[in-house]
Amino acid sequence: MKDFTSILAEAIGLIFAGDADLIEIIALSLKVTLSAVVIACLIGLPLGAAVGAFRFPGRTLVTILLNSLMGLPPVVVGLVVYLALSNAGPLGPLQLLYTPTAMVIAQTILVTPIVAALTRQVIEDLDTEYSEQFRSLGVGPLERMKALLWDARYSLLTVALAGFGRAVAEVGAVIIVGGNINHVTRVMTTTIALETSKGNLELALALGVVLLVIAVMVNAAVMGLRASAVRSAYA
Amino acid sequence: MREALQTLSEPLTEVPDASRPPLAEPLLSGRGLTLEIGGRRLLDAIDIDIRPGRRTLVMGANGAGKSLLLRVLHGLVSPTSGHVHWRGRPLDKAARRAQAMVFQRPVMLRRSVVANLSFALGVRGLRGAERGRRIAEALEQARLGDLARRPARVLSGGEQQRLALVRALACDPELLFLDEPTASLDPASTQAIERLVDDAHQRGVTIVMVTHDLGQARRLGDDLVFLHGGRVAETGPAQKLLDAPASEAARAWLEGRLYLGDPGMTT
Repeated sequence: MKDFTSILAEAIGLIFAGDADLIEIIALSLKVTLSAVVIACLIGLPLGAAVGAFRFPGRTLVTILLNSLMGLPPVVVGLVVYLALSNAGPLGPLQLLYTPTAMVIAQTILVTPIVAALTRQVIEDLDTEYSEQFRSLGVGPLERMKALLWDARYSLLTVALAGFGRAVAEVGAVIIVGGNINHVTRVMTTTIALETSKGNLELALALGVVLLVIAVMVNAAVMGLRASAVRSAYA
Repeated sequence: MREALQTLSEPLTEVPDASRPPLAEPLLSGRGLTLEIGGRRLLDAIDIDIRPGRRTLVMGANGAGKSLLLRVLHGLVSPTSGHVHWRGRPLDKAARRAQAMVFQRPVMLRRSVVANLSFALGVRGLRGAERGRRIAEALEQARLGDLARRPARVLSGGEQQRLALVRALACDPELLFLDEPTASLDPASTQAIERLVDDAHQRGVTIVMVTHDLGQARRLGDDLVFLHGGRVAETGPAQKLLDAPASEAARAWLEGRLYLGDPGMTT
């Protein structure tokens, strides 16, 4: 067996050589993850903002539910989506199982509660500050939601990036509903799991390095955004 | 007995003033305003009339209920009992839109100075050229033209308060509530705020202002409502009340003495 240094050297060689398989896997990973995050934001941002800004019966229950769903076990989500999309399931006729769409659905289910729960907290804090001024001005519910979402934009970008971080590193759900099919549903995390089990450690490590770089970039972006927001006093 | 109780529930001391103009119908009136929170009575059967075009000051020691009274009159807090009427009718959405309020700590949106003004005017349905005109006017009034594109939250305390005030005035209110707008401001900033308040009053805006500043009360006040322990201890023309308070609570406060007695007690 090769030593770690030579495996790492070959892995880095694969990255810099622009290996076609590697690029394809990275591209699919980003496509699936970004799609899931965009959909999760479209659902989670207004949902979280509504729960954060408005008082209604059952609000505490919804908040507890959203917070609890943040810790959804990915394999359970994978299993439920699998059952729903399988031929015997209610969405079987759509023939989505083992497609990137199925992976997007699973990731969206995982990320939406994270986006919604964090958004609720951000919006609730901001609404506490703005509430009297908005009522004094006579701001309507829709305008209020729009204003809160806009004014919390830097914090909400951080929320979206947190969702991205969760989705891009996810393996349990996407391997169940995607099947890890070569050139079809193979993404970074599922490839790392497969190639490690096959002993093809160079490709696995190369993807691991890319994942780490993405994680670092996401964190740097979060910090940069926060710093920029604080500097301009929008935070 | 009934008469005695009725007397107690009314403003305790009204100082007559021959120089005052005949009383117009109140623009805003509160009757029997009582507010209880957590078993504590914070406002106690307050009756108050705000006459159009007048500058009414609300004064009293900390915890007297001044800010709460403003919030109840503006409809931000619902009283436990009693009612607020606007031009003789219950306070509704339209009435609220004819009012504006500036808080002790100005609430600045996380936007530029211009965007703060634009948002408030947009809420009031103003668009296009008219909105632009009002924004330019407000910036000029507040002398914030040079800072128009700056984030509002980086402005100094005085600049933020000026912006909050012209933002409220840009909405063209008939009545403006001010909750200690110059608290913790330096004399120059205080003067700028007072100038804006005075200009608004000259244009016919009715003013209701909470202040702790006796000098300011003399400069800006027409009428004065003195609260103690959530009740109206005394009300009347500002100058007269400040020169010769009839209630022990107001007298003690003006003399800088501690007064813990019955809010209804007058001498």
